[in-house]
Amino acid sequence: MTLNTDIAPGLDTDALLDDPGIRIVVCCGSGGVGKTTTAAALGVRAAERGRKVVVLTIDPARRLAQSMGIDQLDNIPRRVDDIGGDGELHAMMLDMKRTFDETVEAHTDAERARAILENPFYQSLSAGFAGTQEYMAMEKLGQLRARDEWDLIIVDTPPSRSALDFLDAPKRLGSFLDGKFIRLLIAPAKIGGRAGMKFLNVGMSMMTGTLGKLLGGQFLRDVQTFVTAMDSMFGGFRTRADATYKLLQAPGTAFLVVATPERDALREAAYFVERLAAEKMPLAGLVLNRVHGSEAARLSAERALAAAENLEDVGIVDQTTGKAGLCDASDPTAVTSPEASESPLSPEHGDEPTPHGSTPEPHDRKSPAPEQHDAEPHDRKSPDPSGPPTHAEQDTRAVPATDVSVDQLTAGLLRLHAERMQVVAREQHTRDRFTSLHPEVPVTEVAALPGDVHDLSGLRAIGERLATGSAPA
Amino acid sequence: MSRFQVVSGKGGTGKTTVAAALALALATEGRRTLLVEVEGRQGIAQLFESEALPYEERRIAVAPGGGEVHALAIDAERALLDYLQMFYKLGSAGRALKKLGAIDFATTIAPGVRDVLLTGKACEAVRRKDKQGRFVYDHVIMDAPPTGRITRFLNVNDEVAGLARIGPIHNQAQAVMRVLKSPETAVHLVTLLEEMPVQETADGVAELRAAELPVGRVVVNMVRPHLLDEDALRTASGGRRREIAKALTRSGVTGSAALVRPLVEQAAEHAQRVGLEREQRAVLAGLGLPTVELPLMGEGVSLSALYDLAAEFRKQGVGDDTVDAAGQGSAGGAPRSGPGPGRGSGRGVGA
Repeated sequence: MTLNTDIAPGLDTDALLDDPGIRIVVCCGSGGVGKTTTAAALGVRAAERGRKVVVLTIDPARRLAQSMGIDQLDNIPRRVDDIGGDGELHAMMLDMKRTFDETVEAHTDAERARAILENPFYQSLSAGFAGTQEYMAMEKLGQLRARDEWDLIIVDTPPSRSALDFLDAPKRLGSFLDGKFIRLLIAPAKIGGRAGMKFLNVGMSMMTGTLGKLLGGQFLRDVQTFVTAMDSMFGGFRTRADATYKLLQAPGTAFLVVATPERDALREAAYFVERLAAEKMPLAGLVLNRVHGSEAARLSAERALAAAENLEDVGIVDQTTGKAGLCDASDPTAVTSPEASESPLSPEHGDEPTPHGSTPEPHDRKSPAPEQHDAEPHDRKSPDPSGPPTHAEQDTRAVPATDVSVDQLTAGLLRLHAERMQVVAREQHTRDRFTSLHPEVPVTEVAALPGDVHDLSGLRAIGERLATGSAPA
Repeated sequence: MSRFQVVSGKGGTGKTTVAAALALALATEGRRTLLVEVEGRQGIAQLFESEALPYEERRIAVAPGGGEVHALAIDAERALLDYLQMFYKLGSAGRALKKLGAIDFATTIAPGVRDVLLTGKACEAVRRKDKQGRFVYDHVIMDAPPTGRITRFLNVNDEVAGLARIGPIHNQAQAVMRVLKSPETAVHLVTLLEEMPVQETADGVAELRAAELPVGRVVVNMVRPHLLDEDALRTASGGRRREIAKALTRSGVTGSAALVRPLVEQAAEHAQRVGLEREQRAVLAGLGLPTVELPLMGEGVSLSALYDLAAEFRKQGVGDDTVDAAGQGSAGGAPRSGPGPGRGSGRGVGA
C-alpha cells in the first residue's frame, strides 16, 4: 500500500531467513535508521520460523533489551523467552572492552596479558579508538560463528557516523597495528642493524625525541611497552580479521542495508551498496524503514488542502475551536498514558477559542504550535500537580460534542491528510533517486509505526512488515 | 551567549544541520562565526552545497545583516603537525614524520590525544584575537561527536592524564579544559521527540553534569505541527463518520464515503504520536534546561531551509545578545563589527 514496488524487485525476507545456507545476516546503515530494531525483529521472526538464532547488537539501547524481555544485555548470549514455535532466540550486546580483554587473554600468556591490560595505551585503545568497536564486532562475529551453536547469526553494526566505517575500521586497526612506525618502535635495533636502513634509525631517534618532548617521556615508554607486549598478538589479530573478512564474503552471509526514505540515509545506503559490490560482499537487499503511506492516496495533497479551505471558508470558527473539543475517554484512539487520555494536558487546551481567528494558511504548517515557543519547562508540567481534572471541570471548559463543527473536524482531517501526502511524495522522490542508481537492489519497505517498539509483539509486527514489504499503516 | 557552542546529539537527529543553523543565527547583524567539524565527514560542505572543506578557515555563508559564517574541517593529523611546527619549527622533518606514519600513529594510538588536538584547535579559534585585540570570531560552533561520546570527547583532561603527564600535550589539555569548563562554553544536545533520542539526551545531560561541563540548551529538532487535537479526533472516530462523509462531499471531494475510514485512521495515528510526543516533552522538561524547538523542514534541509532554521533560532532568543548579555552581565571584548554598543558578544577568556 505504501510506495509502489514495480521498479525494484521485492526483497523476500522470509526466504532469506528460512534459507538454511544463510548463516549470517549483517544489518548495516548509517546512524538513527533503525538498524538495531530491524536486527532484533529479524531475529524474532527467524526464531519463530524455526531457526536457532543469536542476535548480536552493538547499540546499548536498554529499551530494545527490555522489548525482548531481558533487563540487561551483555557479552554473553541470553535466551529470549516467549518465542513461539520450535526455534530459539538468543541475544547479546557487544561489550567492546571485554571482548578485547578476552581476546588478549586468549592469545597470550598470563603475565604478558596483564602487562597489556594494565598499559594506559591499551586502556585507551580498547575503550576509545574509533575503530575498536567495529573491529571487536568482527572479532565477536568470528567467535560466534566458530562456535557453530546457532543456525543464524544476525549482526547489528556499530552506530557509526557512516555505514562504511564498519568495513573500513577493522582494516584500519589492522594496518595501524602493522604500521611502519610501530614496526620501528618495536625493533629499532634490528632495522638499524641493516646498513641501508641506518638513516631510518637516525630519523627514528629524532622522532622519538620529538614525540617524547611533545607528549612527555613516560608517554613513549608506555607506548613502547604496549607495542612490544602486543607484538606477539599482531599475527593473530591480522589473521582473524582476514578470516572474518572472508567469512563476510562467503555465500552463507547476507547483507541488509537499512535506510530511512530520507536523502542522507539513502545516500549512505547507495555508497554502501557500491562498496559491498566492490568488496564482493553478498548484498541481499535494502530495508527501507519508516515509510509512510496512505490508504487515501487517491486524494492528493493539493485537493485535500483545497477541500479543507472550502470547508473553512464557510465555517464559523477557526481551527482552535476543535482543540477545545470534548473528551471521550472511552475512545479506542486513546493515547498510551491513561492520564493523557483523560486530562487536557496540552497547553493548547489553555487557548481560548477565537471566533474570528485567522484561518491557518498552508504555510502555517511549518511553524510550530504555540506551546513550542514556550521555553519554560515548568509550564508544561503545570497541569500535572492538580491531577486529572474531574469531568465537571472539563464540562466547564470543553465544548459539547455536538458543538464541534464537523466542518472544522473534517478540514483538520483533510489538512492532516495533505501533510501525509506531502511526506509520501517526498519519500517516493528520494526512493526513486536510489532506485534509479541501483535498480538491481531488492527492496522491502517497513511502514512507519506511530510509536517506539516496547515488546516482542512490537518486534513481531515489524518482522511482519519486513516480510510483506508493506502492511496497513 | 557563550562564545564556544558545542552541538551534539544522537545519530539521525540532525546535529550538523542544527550546528549550521546556529552558526548562521549567531552571525546575523554583522557578526562573524566559525563552524567547525571534527569527524572528517564533510557534512558542513554538503549542507552549504560547497566543495569539500580543506583544513583551512574559509567563508562559507553570509548571514542576514552582513554577518559571516566561516567553516573549518579540523583534521587531527594536520593539527598535530601544526603544533609540532609551532613548538619545534620542524619544517620538512614534519613531513618525514608524516610519511613514516608517526603522526597517524600518535593521533591513533591514543584517542584522547586526538580529541585534545581537535578541541584544542577549536579553543584556539575561540581565543584568537586580531591585531586590535578583538576576537576574530564572535562565536565558534562545533559540530561535535554524538551524545554517546560527547562527554568523553570533551573531558580531554581525564583522557590525557594517564597518557601524557607532562609536556605540551598535557599543557594543551589543561588550557582546553579551562575553556571547556568555563561559562564561555555551552554544550547543546539535539534530540527528536522520540523515546530513544530523548533517553539518550537525558543520559547525556547527566554525564555532562557529572563531568562539570556546561550544558546549554536542548534543541528539539524536526518538530511536526499538531494539526488536530486528540479530543477532536476522539469525536471523529466516534459516531460522526457519516457527518464527516457529508462534510467531505460538501468540500468538493468525490467518493467521500471510502475516504472517511483512512482519514480517521491517519488522524488516530497522529493523535497517538501527539500523545507520545507530549510524554517526551515532559521528560525533557524534567531536565530543567532551556529548550529550542525547530520545525521539520518538509522539503528536506536545503540551503534556504538552513536560513529558515536560523531565523527560528533567533525568534526563540538565540543569538539575540541584548537578552543574553543582560542576564550575564559582563561584556568584555568588543564584537568585531557589531552594530553598536551594548551588543557586545565577545567576553574575555582567560587565555
